[in-house]
Amino acid sequence: MKLSVLLLGVAALAVAAGAPAAETPKRGGLLKFAVSAEPPNYDCHANSSFAFIHPVRPHYSTLLKFDAPKYPAIKGDLAESWTVAKDGLTYTFKLRKGVKFHDGSALTSADIKATYDRLRNPPTGVRSLRQASYADVASIETPDPLTVVFKLKKANASMLSNFASPWDCVYSAAKLKQDPKFPERNIMGTGPFVFAGHVAGSHWTGRRFDDYFEKGKPYLNGYVAIFISGAPMVNALAAGEVLAEFRGHSPADRDRLLKALGDRAVAQESPWVCSLVVTFNTKKKPFDDARVRRALSLAIDRWGGAQALSKVALVRHVGGILRPGYDLAASEKELVTYPGFSRDINASRAEAKKLLKEAGVPNLTFTLTNRTVAMPYTPVGVFLIDQWRQIGLNVKHEQLETRLYLAAQQRDKPTFEAALDFNCDFMDEPNLQLQKYLSHDRSAINYAQQTDRVLDDFYDKQSGELDRKKRYAIIRDFEKRALEQAYTIPTIWWHRIIVHHKALKGWHILPSHYAGQDLADVWLDQ
Amino acid sequence: MLRYTVQRILLMIPTLVGVAILVFFLLRLMPGDPVATMLLGDAGGANIPKEVIEQERARLGLDQPLWVQFFKWFFGVLHGDFGYSMWTGKPVAYEVGIRLELSLQVAIMATILAVLLALPLGTLSAIFKDTWIDQTIRVFSIAGLAVPSFWLGMIVILLLLTYFSWIPPLTFTSLWENPWENLAQLIWPALTVGYRYSAVSTRMMRSSILEVLQEDYIRTARAKGVAERWVVARHAMRNALLPVVTVIGLEFAFLIGGLVVTEQVFNLNGIGRLFVQAVARSDYTMIQALVLLVSVFFVLINFVTDLLYAFLDPRIRYR
Repeated sequence: MKLSVLLLGVAALAVAAGAPAAETPKRGGLLKFAVSAEPPNYDCHANSSFAFIHPVRPHYSTLLKFDAPKYPAIKGDLAESWTVAKDGLTYTFKLRKGVKFHDGSALTSADIKATYDRLRNPPTGVRSLRQASYADVASIETPDPLTVVFKLKKANASMLSNFASPWDCVYSAAKLKQDPKFPERNIMGTGPFVFAGHVAGSHWTGRRFDDYFEKGKPYLNGYVAIFISGAPMVNALAAGEVLAEFRGHSPADRDRLLKALGDRAVAQESPWVCSLVVTFNTKKKPFDDARVRRALSLAIDRWGGAQALSKVALVRHVGGILRPGYDLAASEKELVTYPGFSRDINASRAEAKKLLKEAGVPNLTFTLTNRTVAMPYTPVGVFLIDQWRQIGLNVKHEQLETRLYLAAQQRDKPTFEAALDFNCDFMDEPNLQLQKYLSHDRSAINYAQQTDRVLDDFYDKQSGELDRKKRYAIIRDFEKRALEQAYTIPTIWWHRIIVHHKALKGWHILPSHYAGQDLADVWLDQ
Repeated sequence: MLRYTVQRILLMIPTLVGVAILVFFLLRLMPGDPVATMLLGDAGGANIPKEVIEQERARLGLDQPLWVQFFKWFFGVLHGDFGYSMWTGKPVAYEVGIRLELSLQVAIMATILAVLLALPLGTLSAIFKDTWIDQTIRVFSIAGLAVPSFWLGMIVILLLLTYFSWIPPLTFTSLWENPWENLAQLIWPALTVGYRYSAVSTRMMRSSILEVLQEDYIRTARAKGVAERWVVARHAMRNALLPVVTVIGLEFAFLIGGLVVTEQVFNLNGIGRLFVQAVARSDYTMIQALVLLVSVFFVLINFVTDLLYAFLDPRIRYR
């Protein structure tokens, strides 16, 4: 059996094992969980970190959300039902009746319109990091207080999933009218928990919203998100001071916690919509030469690396530009035909050496810029350097703290040669994951600096293609070209491991650490 | 004495202005951009248009000439306004204020512990030089110097976890609100930091006493028939305290912002951790305020030390 299939199978079994059987939820209790960083402000639309989502998401609702046990299935959150026109240009949502904001005001379609208008066209001084996701929306109409109609300029295959984005918290239109920046300093949503306090640098608290629209929920009286990281966080889990941390643990921490907690712990595991990629600065020689970039990709034994690294780091899965296991991702049969993904590493390395010789740099020396984030950046960086040494290259590992790392990759004057870059998203969706590979002028997250209109064209085609089979085929064309040109190359995909106390029930692991965190279904068995 | 005091106070002003200028401009020379660090987050900055980044830079005033930025900030500082954190958008004074109580308390507790240990141990060690008492105290104090506080902290945590399945509280409760909860959290870092602090002071006290005991006036006192305990307590200790006071003062000021790793080990929401976070986030206004705060502490502690010198040694105030 192929290794990746075996590992995915094991992961799926682990998820299944972690999934609770049907139990009657108990009400009450205060959930304490760890968050290893802290949000800079309170505005969902302006944030992009799990450090924001984990403490803040329980205060808000979104139009749709992911059905955690059935991911990637979507279910209504504020929307009771919805229809999508056959041409994919009109999305009509019927809202739940009787939904209240935490201040007691009723939610209407005007709140949805105000929220999405703010997202797609933020007023001066307001930041929306998701403007591009809604660029295809032409208008938002509210024919009655419980109906919202989104009209699109052109079909967009990811639009429905976008409405399940955990970042698109629905705000009160009245509050936004008073002050469009109201959400930056205030929390007021329709979610299962009311904001109770934030002590900067220490913790965040929420208490049950008694008028939450799902009757009987939430089960918890409240929660406390404690900002704690590293070894102290693992100690706090082992001592039961916190019951969970929802980003992910390393294999070593998982083993330590399982040993310390015994049958009081549950481990849930899943492939992760996070990948580490190597980006080459195509403005610097010799990385402007596709042969050099492809050779560096060919030299990496991803299959062997995944097996070895999964024992020490939170990476495990070999995949192309989309997460392995996702239905639009390349199958293993297709994958092994791409440069750098062959099972025959000796043949790949022989080709790599030949390409480097042709390019005139058989003994290339360069620097790999990496972050000082131990997991998984350091082990993967060390692994890559070892792989390149095996074809006679001399690579320096430069690990920089985040601000210097980002400075080295700055868009106007990047200084790096090759960098270990990352890409994490809230869902499997080519419109998100492929952006890393788009031309520099079309993507804010492509640091390779290249312009490739062929890739851009493939991207636009797949984005507007509503037929999944046709979309799959276009994505393969995109992937083949992206991996041949190798401006940015995937290394190994992440593997999410969550160890939590057994008393914590109703939480399901997803392939994203951003989704499934509203805590509405979570309860404590104690 | 009044003239001496006024002189010391006046000297503080150019020192702090110099610090303000240095920290402001040195920070701007460092690579790293607060906006990039904040907006790119852990999602690789997905979908962030360039205009948003530029807009944010303008909002924070980073698009203005350096000298304009400096004078705006410095004018604010002169009026007691340290500005807003570039990361959280909250007033810097608020962010520092909520952490200062904890840091001050740990520093005070560690200092009390250090003084209570160092003065008697250092004196005993000197009096009983080369005896088993001296040897034992020397081992104790050299171990305190050799063992990093954070490592000792980790050991303490692991011992508590292993043998009592307990760790100190993760969130801070004020001493005035719940003394038991407060001490349950802060006694451990105070002990680990205080141990190292006491070791430094013990060594200093020992060598200082040994030096003083060789002085002529000590010989005179002994020749006059003054009892040995009075020779030490009234004549030797008072003079031996001068360098120890300096060490205690400097260590105290260091503890306000320097307990970075210890705060991490015990998950303390103190000034040291805020300092590291501010640097990692390129939060210029926060770094500037913290450097100034720590400088003020150093300058004030030095001032108090100078006054203590003058109190302990009359030659200084009459000079």
